[in-house]
Amino acid sequence: MGRWHHGLAIAGLILVGGCSRPERLVVYTAAEADQIPAYTASFKKAHPEIELVWVRDSTGVVTAKLLAEKKAPQADAVFALAATSMMQLDSQGLLGPYTPKGAERLDPRFRDTQQPAHWTGEALWSALICANTHELSQRGLPVPTSWEDLTKPIYKGMIAMPNPASSGTGLLAVGAWLQMFGEDRGWAYMDRLNSNIVSYDHSGSKPCKDAARGEVPIGISIDYRAAQEKGAGLPLAVVVPTEGVGWDVEASGVIAHAKHEQAARTFVDWAMSDDAMRLYARNFSLVGAPGVAQPVPNLPADLSTHLAKVDLRWTGQNRDRIITEWTRRYDSKSAPKQ
Amino acid sequence: MTLPKGPSAGLLLLIFAVALALFFGAPLGELAWRSLSAADGGLTLAHYAEYLTSPGLQRSLVNTAVLGAWVVALVTPAAFLIAYGLERTRLPLKGMLASLAAAPLLVPSLLPALALVYLFGRQGLLKPMLGGWTIYGAPGLVIADSIAALPHAVVILRTALSGADARLYEQAKLLGASGWKRFWTITLPGCRHGLVAAALVVFALTIADVGAPKVVGGGFDVLALDIYKQVIGQQNFEMGAVVAIMLLLPTAAAILFERHAASRQAASVSAQAKAYHPEPDRGRDLVVGIGCVLIALAIAAVMATAQLAAVVRQWPYDLSLTGIHYDFDRYDGGGWSAITNSVMLALVTAVVGTVLAFVGAYLAERSQAGRGLKRVYSVLALGPAAVPGLALGLGFALFFNDPANPLHLIYGTVGILIAANVVHFFTVAHLTSVSMLKSLDPAFEPAARVLGRGGLTLFGRVIAPLSAPALVEIALYLFVNAMTTVSVVVFLYPPEFKLAAVAVLNMDDAGDSAPAAAMGMLILYVNIAARIVGGLALRRLARRSTPVETPDTVLAGVAP
Repeated sequence: MGRWHHGLAIAGLILVGGCSRPERLVVYTAAEADQIPAYTASFKKAHPEIELVWVRDSTGVVTAKLLAEKKAPQADAVFALAATSMMQLDSQGLLGPYTPKGAERLDPRFRDTQQPAHWTGEALWSALICANTHELSQRGLPVPTSWEDLTKPIYKGMIAMPNPASSGTGLLAVGAWLQMFGEDRGWAYMDRLNSNIVSYDHSGSKPCKDAARGEVPIGISIDYRAAQEKGAGLPLAVVVPTEGVGWDVEASGVIAHAKHEQAARTFVDWAMSDDAMRLYARNFSLVGAPGVAQPVPNLPADLSTHLAKVDLRWTGQNRDRIITEWTRRYDSKSAPKQ
Repeated sequence: MTLPKGPSAGLLLLIFAVALALFFGAPLGELAWRSLSAADGGLTLAHYAEYLTSPGLQRSLVNTAVLGAWVVALVTPAAFLIAYGLERTRLPLKGMLASLAAAPLLVPSLLPALALVYLFGRQGLLKPMLGGWTIYGAPGLVIADSIAALPHAVVILRTALSGADARLYEQAKLLGASGWKRFWTITLPGCRHGLVAAALVVFALTIADVGAPKVVGGGFDVLALDIYKQVIGQQNFEMGAVVAIMLLLPTAAAILFERHAASRQAASVSAQAKAYHPEPDRGRDLVVGIGCVLIALAIAAVMATAQLAAVVRQWPYDLSLTGIHYDFDRYDGGGWSAITNSVMLALVTAVVGTVLAFVGAYLAERSQAGRGLKRVYSVLALGPAAVPGLALGLGFALFFNDPANPLHLIYGTVGILIAANVVHFFTVAHLTSVSMLKSLDPAFEPAARVLGRGGLTLFGRVIAPLSAPALVEIALYLFVNAMTTVSVVVFLYPPEFKLAAVAVLNMDDAGDSAPAAAMGMLILYVNIAARIVGGLALRRLARRSTPVETPDTVLAGVAP
């Protein structure tokens, strides 16, 4: 009898253990890899009953993956994906309606206009210029101060930028040029820029990392990476171009008919919480919740006053067209000889 | 214990054949089907038309062919020189030369490419040597792929050079032919099949590689990179399938032609041949030796640079040493678990693949199964070598991702990775098993029947133990390749099971080349350890039984 009881107790324990194993929540994200451990730790502390499985890639890849899996979605939630991508996903019916707790306090730029919301934003990021001061001064060249500067022949073969098809940073830069300069002049600008470009990179971080180590002296890149690399003591000038910088909002949402819908909502609630916002504020100079933002070391303090007048909805609605045209013009053209 | 007798052996072999058809034939069929299917489900050539009219394609096609030709032109003579040095000279330190020449087999092809950037990139150590040129584009790609392909060509040419008949050389010498003349009239013609085979294998390997083009390709687009961009970047599987088929055709043609050449090579050495032993020749050894040393040094320099890049804080500004790039959790790619996952996958692939290939080969060679079935199985088993990993991997993704497929449940699991790896490297494992089994006395089976012993007893007690050295070689081959391959798994790995070789690619994509180099070198060390363990096992086996020749050509010869 005693043994029996023992066995039952153990079986019961195993059963209970099995049941209380954390629920697996698959989250697709374009957040930078080095930001994720802090987010994971914070969420785990708040919700130990849910285990996050991150699928991380560049914005374009995550967007394409979600669209490709439309018929049988693998993701439960989306985190830190460009709002322009969220709009495209939403137009395909991929995002479920859910307004997270506290959404009403968010900056209007960070909110979907629908009620209930299909996505909500957590932080704003921009594309600026990383310039390697050491490499430029060795060549006797000035640090560029504007987008127009980058088209000067003196910088031929010295600039890298992210490919807008794969990188959200690349897309927001292109979207801003098209809106700031107007479409025709925007494409003409990119034609001139193209003759100075060495490579169109997969990720929005790579151009700044390459600029930091001098592999390509100038990189158009995500502001967060510029601050990180400069903070690591590398010879970088972080340039906010005089014309203004393009920006987009990192946003979260619940996948329509997600397998773990309730957990996904819990996750999005966390993503909009003050705790999470404080983590974003370490990386970005503008976050969704009021009163949380603080100056980010190594980013120009006035960055937020230089944001270009950009309508994210326009970029979102034209995302496919912009990428197709960009690819036609520049992707099938080999990188210029140095 | 009378299992594989007539009908039951036939049934087992049928199961093997069906399994190969399901895990090799069907994914390829799906790949071809998807490249031809329209959105409404009908047949169409629209995808091909779309791709063929895109300006990028013609460039990719030409680039791919140019790249393949350059690598063949560089690697074939270099590999011949090394093989000649190892087989036909009295050079010292041959073991070291052979190890260095084989080293690129133990790393993903991304690693030599990464090292080249550190050596010849815009901040490269040796950049001043290039006089204004940079490594990006065709030059870097040709060098990186040459390093990756060299060991395969060396193995093939060593086999070709080792089978010489000493009598020919003795007679030529008696007739007064000079050393140079003997080389041109006996040595070169004697290994012409080997040269052709090496060139074809190198071509197939090079055009199928996606690692080097990603790292140093610059704007030099090739077909393999197009597949990757279509599938990963745009998630356009139909277009990916189209390009995969375009890559598959020349690869398959090259490998089938190579098999044909190899079968003729096997018959070219007569049974009465006398083994050739190189005589002393200072001049010859000096010339060949210098060439070999230069090539070996280049490989060593590439590996050393990768290791240096991995431990230097910030190339080129801060050359202090640091372990910070080994903190893999800070980067894309899955952290340290990527390495343990890869080791686990490689171990399971080695065990499963060795058992399946050997049992299949036994049934197809020595059982009483029907002759027609045996032929079908042998043909199926030769197929995987002709298919580039990207094409097979994409075929797997398309075939198993279909929810209507009963085998769908392995999609997104480790199971699909094991299956894809086993299939991808199956041909070499099969051919090695076959030549091992052919070397065993055909009288075993009749004797077992006379003694009333079942096939299983014979297999377990006699055949498998006698074949142990070949089994170790096969397992080692599968392990090393499963550790280094990117192409066959890159479309298949589940998000919570990242792999080391893929991590190298993803970290470099995000601009983190130092951690990528660190991870690549870890793969090298794991593979060296595996080789040492395998070598010790082989040594113990050699002490136990009479040595059996292992078919080296087969082992490293064919494996895009």
